[in-house]
Order: sequence, then C-alpha cells, then structure tokens
Amino acid sequence: MQKLLAEYLPLIVFLGVGLFIGLALLVAPFIVAYSKPDPEKVSAYECGFAAFDDARMKFDVRFYLVAILFIIFDLEVAFLFPWAAAFKEAGLYGFWAMMTFLGVLTIGFIYEWKKGALEWD
Amino acid sequence: MMQFLNSIAPMWPELVVAVGALVLTLWGVFRPDNDREAEVVSWLAILVLGVAGWLILSQPAAGSSLFGGAFIDDGFGRFMKILALGASAAAILLSIDDFRDHKVLKFEYPVLILLATAGMMMMISAGDLLSLYLGLELQSLSLYVVAAFRRDDVRSSEAGLKYFVLGALSSGMLLYGASLVYGFTGATSFAQIAQVAKGANAMANVGLVFGLVFLLVGIAFKISAVPFHMWTPDVYQGAPTPVTAFFSAAPKVAAIALLVRVVTSAFPGIAGQWQQIVAFLAIASMLLGAFAAIGQTNIKRLLAYSSIANVGFALVPLVTNTKEGVQGVLIYMAIYVVMTLGAFACVIAMRREEGSVEEIDELAGLAERNGPMAAALAALMFSLAGIPPLAGFWAKFYAFMPAIKSGYYILSVIGVLASVVGAYYYLRIVKVMYFDKPAKAFLPVRVKVGFVISVSAIFVLLFVIAPSPLVNAASTAAASFRY
Repeated sequence: MQKLLAEYLPLIVFLGVGLFIGLALLVAPFIVAYSKPDPEKVSAYECGFAAFDDARMKFDVRFYLVAILFIIFDLEVAFLFPWAAAFKEAGLYGFWAMMTFLGVLTIGFIYEWKKGALEWD
Repeated sequence: MMQFLNSIAPMWPELVVAVGALVLTLWGVFRPDNDREAEVVSWLAILVLGVAGWLILSQPAAGSSLFGGAFIDDGFGRFMKILALGASAAAILLSIDDFRDHKVLKFEYPVLILLATAGMMMMISAGDLLSLYLGLELQSLSLYVVAAFRRDDVRSSEAGLKYFVLGALSSGMLLYGASLVYGFTGATSFAQIAQVAKGANAMANVGLVFGLVFLLVGIAFKISAVPFHMWTPDVYQGAPTPVTAFFSAAPKVAAIALLVRVVTSAFPGIAGQWQQIVAFLAIASMLLGAFAAIGQTNIKRLLAYSSIANVGFALVPLVTNTKEGVQGVLIYMAIYVVMTLGAFACVIAMRREEGSVEEIDELAGLAERNGPMAAALAALMFSLAGIPPLAGFWAKFYAFMPAIKSGYYILSVIGVLASVVGAYYYLRIVKVMYFDKPAKAFLPVRVKVGFVISVSAIFVLLFVIAPSPLVNAASTAAASFRY
C-alpha cells in the first residue's frame, strides 16, 4: 500500500500545486486589488464597442438544430478515423460493422433531410 | 450472409425491433404527414413487436450467449422481454387516440417506442458492463424524447428536461460504478467479475464494493427506488398520459431485470453487500410510496407514488438471493405491469369535451355515469391494494413468501404494513367513484383504451382461476440462474 501511494506522489504534488495556484489567483484580487467600480468598468466588454445587448437574448432555434446535426456527423468522422487506421486488423467483420453504422446514420440523414431540418427557411 | 445471420439467431428478436424501427422511420418520412399515416405506422410498430415476441417464444429452451458473453439469451431474459414487448405494444395502442385528440399523433412516437424497446431487450440480455450501458442509453435517450413529446405543452417539456438531467446524472453514477468494478476486477463481463468477486478476500475489496454501490445507485434511479425517486412524480405528471403508462411499465421491467441479472450473475460472491442495499431500497420505497401518496389529488402523481411502492414490493423477494426470490420478482413484475397499464388506461379515458382531466375528484360518482369503467377501475384498485383473491394479492403473496421462508421477517412485516397504508389511497378512489356526488360525465371510452382496460381488469379478476401458467413460466425463467 505504501509503495502504491509513493508511486502517485508526483500526482499529489501536481494536484497540490494546481490547487494552490488556482486558489491564490481567486483569493488574491480580493486582498490586494485596487477596486473602484464605475458603470463603464462593470459593463460587458465587447471588442472595444459599447455593449448593445444583454448576453441572455433569444436566438433562433435553428442555430441549435444546425449545431446538433453538426455534432452527429462530426462524431461519425471521429469514429471513422480509428476504424480506418485499424482497417487491416478489423477485417471483413470490421468493414461490415462500420457499414451497418453508416447505414443507420444514413437513414437518420434521410430523415432530417426529408423533415426539412437542413433548410434555413 | 445467411451463415452469419444463423450464427446470431438468439439476437433475431432485437434485430427485428431495431431494423423495424429504421424501416418505419423511412416509411413514415416518405409518406404524407397526417394522422392516418401515423396511425398506420403505429399499427406496423405493434406488428413488429408481435413478430419479435413470436421469435422469442420460438427460441430453443436451452439458452445461449453471443459475442463472448456480452449478450445472454436465457429463460429469464425471454420472460422479461415478452413482458416488455407486451407493455410497449399496449403503450402504442393507448397513445393513438389520445395523441390524435391532443394533435400530436406523429409517426415518430411508435418509432421511438421501438428504439426504446430494442434498448430494453439489450438491457435484459446484457451479460457485460458495456452491453448493459449501450442498452440502457438507447432506452433512456428514447424515453427522454417521448417524455417531452407534447413539445408545445410546458409541463411536458419540463418533464422531458427533468428526466434528461436526472437520467444523465444516474448514467454518470452507473458509469463511474462500472469503471470502478472494471478497475478492481479487470473484467467487464459478468461471468468474469463473478469469478474475481467470489474469492475469499472479496469482502475486503473495498473498491469493488464501491463500484457495486454506484452501479446500484444508477439502476435505482432507473427503477425509481427511494431515495432516487424524486424525478418520478414530476415526470409522470408532466408527460402525456400514454407516455406515463409506458414509463410505469416497460422500462421498469427492463431495469428490474437488469438489476436481478447484475446482482445474481456478477456479484453472487459478495451477496451480503448488495442484499443490504436492496433491502434498504425495498423498505424505503415501500414506506415512502405508501405515505407520500396519501396527500395526492392528481391521479397521475398518485399512480407515480404507487409505482414507487410497487418497485419496493418487487425488490423484497430479490433480497433473499434464492431461486424462489427471482421467481417472486418475475411474478410481481408481470402482474404489476398489467395492473399499472390498466390503471393508466382508465386515466386516459378521463376526458370531457373541454379536454383531459387528471384530478381524483373528477372521478366522483363514476359508478352512476359509466358503470363498467368504474367497476374495472375498482377491480384494479382493489388488486393494487392487494385484496384477495385478485391478482395483486398473489403478486404480494409470491413476493413475501420467499422472504418469510428465508427468515426476513422484519422486511416482510414492513412490507405488509406498507401495503395496509397503501390500501387507504387505493380504496379512496373506489369510495370517490361509488359514494360521492356525481360529477359531469366523461366522454365514452374509446375502443382501443377500453380494450386495454377490459383485458387488465379481466386478468386481475380471473388470475386466481388459473395462476399456474404464469407461476410455472416464472419458475422456469428463474431456473436460468445458478445458486
């Protein structure tokens, strides 16, 4: 048990240092920083312009839809990379397994296309 | 190709459901978008479930396993899968007319139910932590969507969101437990975990016990056992009623089956550890389900607490860690599913010109307005309360007998006392229907809903005449596990 713990000593040191720096940066401003707020200082900073709107505004749900659809196909590509790298080892079984996966995904793609999720208007 | 398909013959029912869901997606999206087409897809989905059920029944009795033990086909799994398939089919049947009334009759609903069912069948057959998780997530993701199926309704969206957030939390717990179990045993398959966990120093393996605890926490969320039940009343109340009927039946069957399989086939070596946890879940669920339901005025919330209590009762025989115990769980779940589907079908039938109602007071004097429906609901309530000779009594009988035989007297006494408390709120519904001043009449009960109500009422009334088919089937199914 002692040996096991000793092996993890670097990790403990790392966590300790991380915790110390994080906490120090959080706490130090309260103690040492010069604080004199005015409306300009506490308003949101937006590329040097005056902020024109609250950040919590409504936005078109279609942005969200596009993002979700993007993630699905992005993940698909993430699956394809290791499969392609290990293609020789995976063999015929691996090939058909991936084709099945792509087939399921294609059906999903046809569904979203027919439903009009890819049209902006 | 044929050779490959034959080699995975035990998995055909799952494949039929999954492929059926995909085909129906394409079918639905290429047909015109109207109520009639959606109803056709619903009936086709029921047909798919029927074909899967027929395939399950025609499988060889011996049982087998696939993919290095990740998928197990045995009598226990078949019993639970038939239950889950039946409950899913009933949920689709109940949804058709109700969804048409609320203008949400869409072909996506039966497709999602099919996907959830495929996930459930995977959960029931899981013999490996990985296939367990895949099945669980396929089921859960579909359930989150159907909970929010009436997306223009605030409470339905809220139910979906709540279910999603808490479900994600429970999946996280379950995954953490799975990773601990893998870390401390070096295996993901249940058989190998059992090998490691039965050694002499298994009890001293604190990491393994922690993994077991987190696994059980994750599953307790899914079966809504106390203290992981808090999402249940809100989700049951907010979700559309046919969806609530589905939630209280099929997913519970699958999650209970998963729990039974995990504890009996992966952790028989440390039975003493999980028996404590399951006993606590059982006692807490029975008591909270009984007491918290007393003050409810909304019948869906009341049935939500009722389902929490029923999960507690179903866990009682599991504590004994015997073959009779598993048999008790199977009989209890089978009877519970029929009762809960019937009760929710009655809630779906509570509709007037101005829309559906959910308050218990609306049932006042139902006996005068609609005698058969009142009689059926009364039979179901008496059965849920556990009054002999109705089916609910025998469910509790087979649940408590193994516990008494194995010497768990305190557990059994608490169970009986909890069912006495529970009888109060079940009988109150009967009292409201038969002795209160009649409220406005409901619209006539529709054929499909009436069919589910009649089948379940007849089942609870006549179960006592021929209990042996179910009892024998449960006994055969329970023999799948070695003790």
